[in-house]
Amino acid sequence: MNIIVCIKQVPGTAQVEIDEKTGVLKRDGVAAKMNPFDLFALESAMRLRERHGGRISVLTMGPPQAEKVLREAFMMGADDAYLLSDRRFGGADVLATAYTLSQGIRKIGAWDLILCGKQTTDGDTAQVGAELAEFLGIPHLTNVTKFLGMQEEGKLDVEAEIPLHVVDVRMKLPCLLTVEKGIFEPRLPSFRRKLATADRKITCFSLDDLPDRDESHYGLNGSPTQVQRIFPPEIKTEKETWTGEGEMLAGKLCAFLEEKRFLSELR
Amino acid sequence: MAKIIIHQERVTDEKKLNAQFPFGTGALNLGEVVLHDGKVTDVKKLQALCPFGAIDYVNGELSINAACRMCRICCKKGDGIFEYVEDDASSGADKTQWNGIAVVAEMVGSSVHPVTLELLGKARELAGKVSQKVCCLLIGHNLAKAAASLAEYGADEIYLYDQEELAHFRIEPYCAALEEFISYVKPSVVLVGGTSVGRSLAPRAAARFRSGLTADCTVLDIQKNTDLDQIRPAYGGNIMAHIRTPRHRPQFATVRYKVFAMPEKTAPHAKFISGKLDARRLASGIEFLSMRRKQSERGIEDADVIVVAGRGLKKPEDIAMLEELAGLLGGQLGSTRAMVEAGWIDARRQIGLSGRTVKPKLILTCAVSGAVQFAAGMNGSECIVAINTDPNAPIFNIAHIGIVGDVYRIVPELIRKIKAAKGKGA
Repeated sequence: MNIIVCIKQVPGTAQVEIDEKTGVLKRDGVAAKMNPFDLFALESAMRLRERHGGRISVLTMGPPQAEKVLREAFMMGADDAYLLSDRRFGGADVLATAYTLSQGIRKIGAWDLILCGKQTTDGDTAQVGAELAEFLGIPHLTNVTKFLGMQEEGKLDVEAEIPLHVVDVRMKLPCLLTVEKGIFEPRLPSFRRKLATADRKITCFSLDDLPDRDESHYGLNGSPTQVQRIFPPEIKTEKETWTGEGEMLAGKLCAFLEEKRFLSELR
Repeated sequence: MAKIIIHQERVTDEKKLNAQFPFGTGALNLGEVVLHDGKVTDVKKLQALCPFGAIDYVNGELSINAACRMCRICCKKGDGIFEYVEDDASSGADKTQWNGIAVVAEMVGSSVHPVTLELLGKARELAGKVSQKVCCLLIGHNLAKAAASLAEYGADEIYLYDQEELAHFRIEPYCAALEEFISYVKPSVVLVGGTSVGRSLAPRAAARFRSGLTADCTVLDIQKNTDLDQIRPAYGGNIMAHIRTPRHRPQFATVRYKVFAMPEKTAPHAKFISGKLDARRLASGIEFLSMRRKQSERGIEDADVIVVAGRGLKKPEDIAMLEELAGLLGGQLGSTRAMVEAGWIDARRQIGLSGRTVKPKLILTCAVSGAVQFAAGMNGSECIVAINTDPNAPIFNIAHIGIVGDVYRIVPELIRKIKAAKGKGA
């Protein structure tokens, strides 16, 4: 089973600040790292390779520095790596990102399964995977919590979470899966593998290498959504103190919990 | 920005042409140089027109590639096959053609997910501002009762896809139903619940319509021209972004459960419209095998609600009532270091500098004094409610709601009241 894992380089911390004057994100001095949710996708790929064979390719879109996360993937055990990097990819929203990835995947060629992390820690949308599957014309499933093997030729059985329930489904390959955090304990990058893969080639694709070379489909131009502005969230400062007799306090607290809808078991 | 595009109404074989254009017909409205494919006679001559070699001829189809520099020589000398069209700020989707606020309903078991009702309330509010209708799409099986309940929350039109094959969520047929609905209704806005189903369905449909999707919106408003103002958190809630989709329709947005208020019921007036997917559109690469109730045994870091036991408790047996309370709130039991060191509670439940850092929606601390080491592990929680008998306990400095009182008097009574409230609701 040949697997492509989509990964992303994200800021090393979510504690980002906004420059009050310019309204721009302060990125200086913030170290970059692999999106932590992607580690679970990568680990899943390696477990599947142990069981079903095949090769693991990692794919990322980003500036040339994003190569670092691909090297890290090599250190964890990935076989091949692809970097989609072009100034014209910049400013991409969910649609343009998913489209660019789909073009990169078409360029890579043969694969059976695409794995993505649950979401990223910077954009936080958790929607690129599903849009990517649409562009590739393959079925997808989110919130995968377990791999159950292949009972039928060309089909992978998985367990996934839906509200209140857990389902087992049989996915026809090729397909795209996004895996839950904690599906496996991700392995640590190995120093031995770091040495062994130091010279391994990373394939770079620019826009001109992709099947569709229309610039209007990429980056800012290919993004239907536009960020009008960014601003810091309001910080809740109001405080209340309740005093009185136990039963009354319990009643007040119960009413508060009901009003805030903590009594419903749905999420 | 200038681009080369083909007008679909002028070409003979629309399907073939669309296949060349990965962005489908939506993007065909954006461009400036128009190719009238139907008039083509001598292809070689046409290709020779372009000094940049930007005219492709593949599989009997003409197209203009990225090498185009907008010189417009082809427009002047191409016998009317190419046409230059001015770009302007208003290009993009014709907004007058997209009307109505749509809500994609979701089922949980045999009833409607409450997030759908919250979205209907917001849709009603948005629709009122632009004098448009509220449409609701419901997909599943045996939907009569659920559809009736939707009608009580202000929908003007309810579209139903009620088929046995739709009993379980599978992405391809559900997305096919949503696609049919959108193509027929042409809503300006499509609101979807930020549930696992919604977060699968909305992006898939947004990609199919090549339009914008804004995930997990916390504030929604609408302009007179139906542009949706969407505000959403990013970077784990450390930054808020205001997002618009100014040139594309429909505008997709997902909203999580409990973000908007539950609306009041109104007298039903909805019109019901039934749709039916044919066998081809019901086809799926996903086979449903089995389903069981979730047995959530996750770490406290993932819990939405945490009830914390502190050293003010008198004996280990008293932890049971806090566990019961946590269960009633769909949450988990947490603990301070003292309780772990006393051996009353498992170390995996410890919150604080030497334990786990948590950021739940609600944390209810019971008989916790609130030492800095503990507070450091939980002060990012959205809502902190503290119960302690000592009004000077440091926990009250960080609590949003500080309750000065005795856990032994409040918690058992609270459990009784929650059970009563839940019994009433069911």
